[in-house]
Amino acid sequence: MRLGSLTFIIAALFLVSACETMDEKGGADTSGLKAKTYDSKSFYVAPGTARDFVVNVGDRVFFALDKSSLSSESRSMLEKQIAWLKKYGGVNVVVEGHCDERGTREYNLALGERRANAVKDFLVAMGISPNRVKVISYGKERPAALGHNEASWKQNRRAVTVVAGS
Amino acid sequence: MMEKIVLFFRDRDAIILAIVAIVLSITSAKAELKVDITRGTVKALPVAVANFVGTNKKEVELGKSITSVISSDLERSGLFRPISQKAFIETEKSLDILPKFQNWRILNVQAMVQGSIVILEGKNIKVQFRLWDVFSQRQMVGQVYTTVISNWRRIAHIIADAIYKRVTGENGYFDTRVVYIAETGSQIRRIKRLAIMDQDSENHHFLTDGKFLILTPRFSPNRQEITYMSYHGGVPRVYIFNIDTGRQEILGDFPGMTFAPRFSPDGNAVIMSMARDGNSEIYTMDLRSRRAKRLTRHSSIDTSPDYSPDGTRVVFNSDRSGTQQIYIMKSDGSDVRRITFGKGRYATPVWSPRGDLIAFTKMRRGKFFIGVIGIDGKGERLLTDGFLVESPTWSPNGRVIMFFRETPKGKFGDKKSKLFSIDLTGQNEREIITPMDASDPAWSPLIP
Repeated sequence: MRLGSLTFIIAALFLVSACETMDEKGGADTSGLKAKTYDSKSFYVAPGTARDFVVNVGDRVFFALDKSSLSSESRSMLEKQIAWLKKYGGVNVVVEGHCDERGTREYNLALGERRANAVKDFLVAMGISPNRVKVISYGKERPAALGHNEASWKQNRRAVTVVAGS
Repeated sequence: MMEKIVLFFRDRDAIILAIVAIVLSITSAKAELKVDITRGTVKALPVAVANFVGTNKKEVELGKSITSVISSDLERSGLFRPISQKAFIETEKSLDILPKFQNWRILNVQAMVQGSIVILEGKNIKVQFRLWDVFSQRQMVGQVYTTVISNWRRIAHIIADAIYKRVTGENGYFDTRVVYIAETGSQIRRIKRLAIMDQDSENHHFLTDGKFLILTPRFSPNRQEITYMSYHGGVPRVYIFNIDTGRQEILGDFPGMTFAPRFSPDGNAVIMSMARDGNSEIYTMDLRSRRAKRLTRHSSIDTSPDYSPDGTRVVFNSDRSGTQQIYIMKSDGSDVRRITFGKGRYATPVWSPRGDLIAFTKMRRGKFFIGVIGIDGKGERLLTDGFLVESPTWSPNGRVIMFFRETPKGKFGDKKSKLFSIDLTGQNEREIITPMDASDPAWSPLIP
């Protein structure tokens, strides 16, 4: 194994936070067909936390089939993310790039990476330090919505900004 | 004519010495039994596989098991039709007595296999077999193998390969294994483990524990090694795994995600993609010097590279034209040419072992296809289709393609995923049985 231990620790942190995010969306088991949004009125959400980001900002943007360009809707979502990231300057993020199930595995890994980087590039262009933003592609391996129709595929062609701790 | 064949091979359990083939053969150039597998439609050859005889209960039992493995190998190929043993008029006797050919002829059997087993000193077996052309009453092939008892399945596959080769004129593919990804759990947090089995689904075992996602394994052409992509530690990279030692090693020190690995035909390099800053390019890494060389320079996605069998060219997938298409370049990265111009998107090219064809996945109008196309871009043929079929891999003789098929299942958006094989003619599609869901198959070379 040639990975340095530091890399391992960082990777482990990312993984832990990725799991948390999944669980918060109710995505950890087969029953979760759609991402569940927490109601900010019924839960106390501590500011500056991963949950605060998901609930009060919004953690994801969506893409057209085979595309990695950001729509104006996506850009306004990312502007909200940027504002939050500027407020909590000690927080790092991992941008996960995902695809729908209607592509081939290897191409989708590349496409997911392209999507994650489209988000990273935008964050960096708007003043977030590149050191705070890592990217990872999951290709078609981690759908958010099940279902073999455009309604589900649309939700899966996404980039998710995951708060990774400081 | 006396023929002597000495085979040496090893496997996980022991070094084995297999031996000597004494063929009491009177081979002639007369019109002989042959299955022509170059035609589009192949009529399966009726064959009788008699139980291999033994002199005690243990030998008889083992004989039956070996016979059954040979028979299923031949049957699954689609080129042979083993007839039911219940129809046999003659029951097996000694190998040294000529079969009563008239008793086989009236069953319309064209080829007949007989054999015998002797257990030596309780731990080795000596297995002999003969293949007869029932109509010309000639022995087509006859061999003797000695090995440890635990290797009886391999002996059966080796015999099936010998029969296949003698009748079709091409190498067999039964003494091979398949590495693939075993899938369990919800689609949302799918668990994917590396698994390996014989091509007939036997000797199945897992090589990883499922803690991290493992994708797209490929066999080394000449070593007990597999390359694949793993999310080990949350960092997606290409790894090499040694089957004998169980050791996993990351390949190279790349600044971005590495994926889509395949070995070069000499086993000394791995070609793969590296993605960084939103751009995927193809690299090849020499396994001895560990030096990587970049082969593509394009702002598009370049991935799924695969060497030609002679190592001079590389086929790959790129969306440089705007959609996914298949390209061939020289192995130094020069002279890039597109070979697919049909309607739809083309992906996952794999070069056939004979060098003349590329197998691919095609996507068109919401459907997926597995097909083949000439390396000159001519003669596209689609072999099978479905909701999703992906990831073709060639049998080592270039005759059969294995792939995986996903099918929607149930009301809640679940799906199942299974391995299948199909003949190059598009006939004889068969499920490859796996204990759980399966994807990303890779066929091994003939076991050395």
